[in-house]
Amino acid sequence: MNISKIETIISEIPDPEIPVINIKELGILRNIECKDNHYTVTITPTYTACPAMSFIENEIRNKLLRVGITDVEVKTTYTPAWTTDWISERAKQKLKEYGIAPPMHSSCAMNFTTQKVTCPHCGSSDTKTISRFGSTACKSLLKCNICKEPFEQFKCH
Amino acid sequence: METKNELYKYCLRLGDDALILGHRLSELCSKAPFLEEDLALTNISLDMIGRAQAFLKYASELSDNFITEDDIAYRRPENEYYNHLITEQPNGDFAHTIVRQFFVSVFEYHFFEALTKSKDKSLAAIASKTVKEVKYHMEHATDWVVRLGDGTEESHRRMQIAIEDLWMYTGEFFEMDYVDDILLSAGIAVDKSLIKEKWMKEIIKPLEEATLILPAYTHMQTGSKKGIHTECLGHILSEMQYLQRAYPDAKW
Repeated sequence: MNISKIETIISEIPDPEIPVINIKELGILRNIECKDNHYTVTITPTYTACPAMSFIENEIRNKLLRVGITDVEVKTTYTPAWTTDWISERAKQKLKEYGIAPPMHSSCAMNFTTQKVTCPHCGSSDTKTISRFGSTACKSLLKCNICKEPFEQFKCH
Repeated sequence: METKNELYKYCLRLGDDALILGHRLSELCSKAPFLEEDLALTNISLDMIGRAQAFLKYASELSDNFITEDDIAYRRPENEYYNHLITEQPNGDFAHTIVRQFFVSVFEYHFFEALTKSKDKSLAAIASKTVKEVKYHMEHATDWVVRLGDGTEESHRRMQIAIEDLWMYTGEFFEMDYVDDILLSAGIAVDKSLIKEKWMKEIIKPLEEATLILPAYTHMQTGSKKGIHTECLGHILSEMQYLQRAYPDAKW
């Protein structure tokens, strides 16, 4: 089976914690190689301790097993380090519709305190940070001063 | 590889720092002063345990024995752990937890930033992930130092006590021994003498803003590079290693 077909199959795997976007859109899926019917899929964690990695690895194996591919190696790489810049524009839009403020450019992580985050509910930029750390390693907790709704932001990374 | 033994030990030191402080912070799960802080401290703990896994996995690959990162994490005796003494100190009150985080994360930020330039590709890769995470830890701790130091009379008093108590463990950050020297000349390790100045500069500013002062004493505790620890580590290990010792190779 050719690589692009494999990629389509694997790309269907949603992120376990944010199911509206898949692992390709999130930038976790890095590479697929095939040599003599031996498939090597390379993934990278968003955070070193991302608890979803073993789940994603199993899903990749399951998906390929269903199309008859058994000789699969799933490799984890730390380099180049994952960045929110790899999240596609389409995925950012989906995040917003899901109620999570998408990340801006990764360099904005350098001045967390001054960045302006837009509320995904009402669109106001009059928001404040409640906590840098949220329900998962990749999100912060914020509140909108206008519509008063709390929301999460995908941290710039 | 000529420097394999030294590199193995270097990985243990970096892994142990993250493992032990990660474990300490995990003790605060559901016990932090309020919900957001509970999330913050356990998120930091999670980052650290992930980092420990990465360094100890690399150590297991360098080892001649067939061991995994779990064997390294859970089956060594106390005198074979090389984490900085500050990482094993008890959480104490919130001031102690924050001051410990502050001293450690400012150090780690500059250390890992330098380690991204290591000639060892695996170390550089883990460092480049870690530095992004530690940046958040550092901002979190720094905010609290200012808020509590320049807060009420009571919060100021407690912060000053925590600084007095923990300052003696900060000298270890900048110690260099043969492992560091050999790896430094191979372009692998970080020159910690260069980190010291940056660290000092970075901690002084928020401390001043927080109206806190550094202690007058200069005596520094030492020992972790040789596996000599404070009483605290044994207590952590007895809890952390219990399952693997009682039920070797237990799996969920």
